[in-house]
Amino acid sequence: MDDVIIGLEIHVQLNKLRSKMFCGCSTSYHDAPPNTHTCPVCLGLPGSLPVLNRRAVEFGIKVALALNCRIAEETMFYRKNYYYPDLPKGFQISQYDYPLATGGHVLIKGDDGQERRIRITRVHMEEDPGRLVHAGTIDKAKYTLVDYNRCGMPLLEVVTEPDLRSPKEARLFLDKLRTILEYLDVFDGNLEGALRVDSNVSLAGGDRVEVKNISSHKGVEKALSYEITRQRNLKRRGIEVVQETRHYDELRGVTVSIRTKEEAHDYRYFPEMDLVPLRIADWVPRIKAELPELPDAKRERFREQYGITDDHAKSLTSEIKVADFYEWVAARSDPKLAAVWIADVLKGELNYRDLTIDSFSRDHMLEIVRMLSEREITDEIAVTLIRTILDRGGSPREIAESMGLKRADDDYVVQAVREAVADSQEAVRDYLSGNARAINYIVGQVMKRTKGRADPSVAHRLVKEEIERQSS
Amino acid sequence: MITIKDVEHISWLASIRISDEEREELVAQFNTILEYFQQMDEVDTEGVEPTYRVVDLANVFRDDLPRESLSQEDALRNAPRREEGYFRSPRIV
Repeated sequence: MDDVIIGLEIHVQLNKLRSKMFCGCSTSYHDAPPNTHTCPVCLGLPGSLPVLNRRAVEFGIKVALALNCRIAEETMFYRKNYYYPDLPKGFQISQYDYPLATGGHVLIKGDDGQERRIRITRVHMEEDPGRLVHAGTIDKAKYTLVDYNRCGMPLLEVVTEPDLRSPKEARLFLDKLRTILEYLDVFDGNLEGALRVDSNVSLAGGDRVEVKNISSHKGVEKALSYEITRQRNLKRRGIEVVQETRHYDELRGVTVSIRTKEEAHDYRYFPEMDLVPLRIADWVPRIKAELPELPDAKRERFREQYGITDDHAKSLTSEIKVADFYEWVAARSDPKLAAVWIADVLKGELNYRDLTIDSFSRDHMLEIVRMLSEREITDEIAVTLIRTILDRGGSPREIAESMGLKRADDDYVVQAVREAVADSQEAVRDYLSGNARAINYIVGQVMKRTKGRADPSVAHRLVKEEIERQSS
Repeated sequence: MITIKDVEHISWLASIRISDEEREELVAQFNTILEYFQQMDEVDTEGVEPTYRVVDLANVFRDDLPRESLSQEDALRNAPRREEGYFRSPRIV
């Protein structure tokens, strides 16, 4: 895959802002009927004038700093002209020369396991266009319906250098970017349309194809893989890849050609005279001081402060909510045990059910970790507790009591071991004749008799002792 | 020099249909406008920063406070065609 070259343009909706980029319309339009969050400014009615949202600029600077960019001394807006129903004014207010920030980077772990530095070309501010609803698919629709609720939503466009070498790296980059945005609290990635990606894809020596409309960070890997396969197939048949723009159709999982180069990209940028320039370099020290601890730093600190593995630290810091959850539990229990149970078990169970960490109470997690360190319950019981809480609710102690889930006391286990060994004489003979694995069968019998309430390592030791006692 | 081809391209970009006579007329008008600007080329601007604005104003903001929007009915009032609360536009692509 060494010949794959990918660059991304990511549109990030600053949806934690309360009002739009240039007008006071509310940003909470997601469940609203169409065209109920508009005003003369975002509808582009004659005589209306845009006024910039101060906090949008602060959010932009925050993001740019977190991506290690340089903030411009002076920055200004341009009109990007194109005629399309999603833009009521016939132009989008965007940036061109003098963008908000340039020259940053993000570190990701590449395909080869090595750390890779993905350069950020620029970060600029713009307004979101409206939303088009096609009757049918984009290439077959008879007409188009337009909803301007989204029009004027504050966007940041983050542009990378063509530093990504595979669809998987593109996804890893987006995961990292999303994590950073959530740490900064400027963005809720769960809202529809929060993160949209356009990409430039080429094979070494070939022309560049732009793939638009990738609407999820999960879709990016599929869309890029499809496009790369398409280009490889053309190459193999001796057909040249032409420079063009293609649209990703998420339902069908394919890219469709929408326009050729000579028609597009004639945006006739010129300065937006309705907005004055920004001289905001002196905001930077204050905003820098207010930046929260970012994922890489937190991961490092978790490793050192709690003595947990890098894999656990990475998993626990991949979402700010999970990191906060972990720290709360770790501060009140055994941090290593808490790391294992949150990163390896709880996250897996949540994932399996398509739930987020909000679905599990940190008090319950703390209780379970404490019960484990007090050796009141076994690992098996802890897993049952987590699953039961997620599926049916309740608290760990209640469930443990009502289901009789307690770590079996020693006499009970010893009795079960005696019975299991007595009933498994064939396995005992195998074990004594040198087949060490035969013991696992007997331990399994003990777990069965105790209904999983015995500690497997204790059972293992007791079975061994029982066989030795018997055969001596 | 603006040619017929340029005018056709610009009318395509703006989605405005123009007749043959209008095309001729616009070629002449565009060229007149360009000539005005060419006069400015005669001025020596060596070492002069580009002037985007004549008023030296910067940093005009509003606070991030939402206020009431138009009703759907008002928003759609000027729409030639609408459907279920949406503006209806010709098929695009």
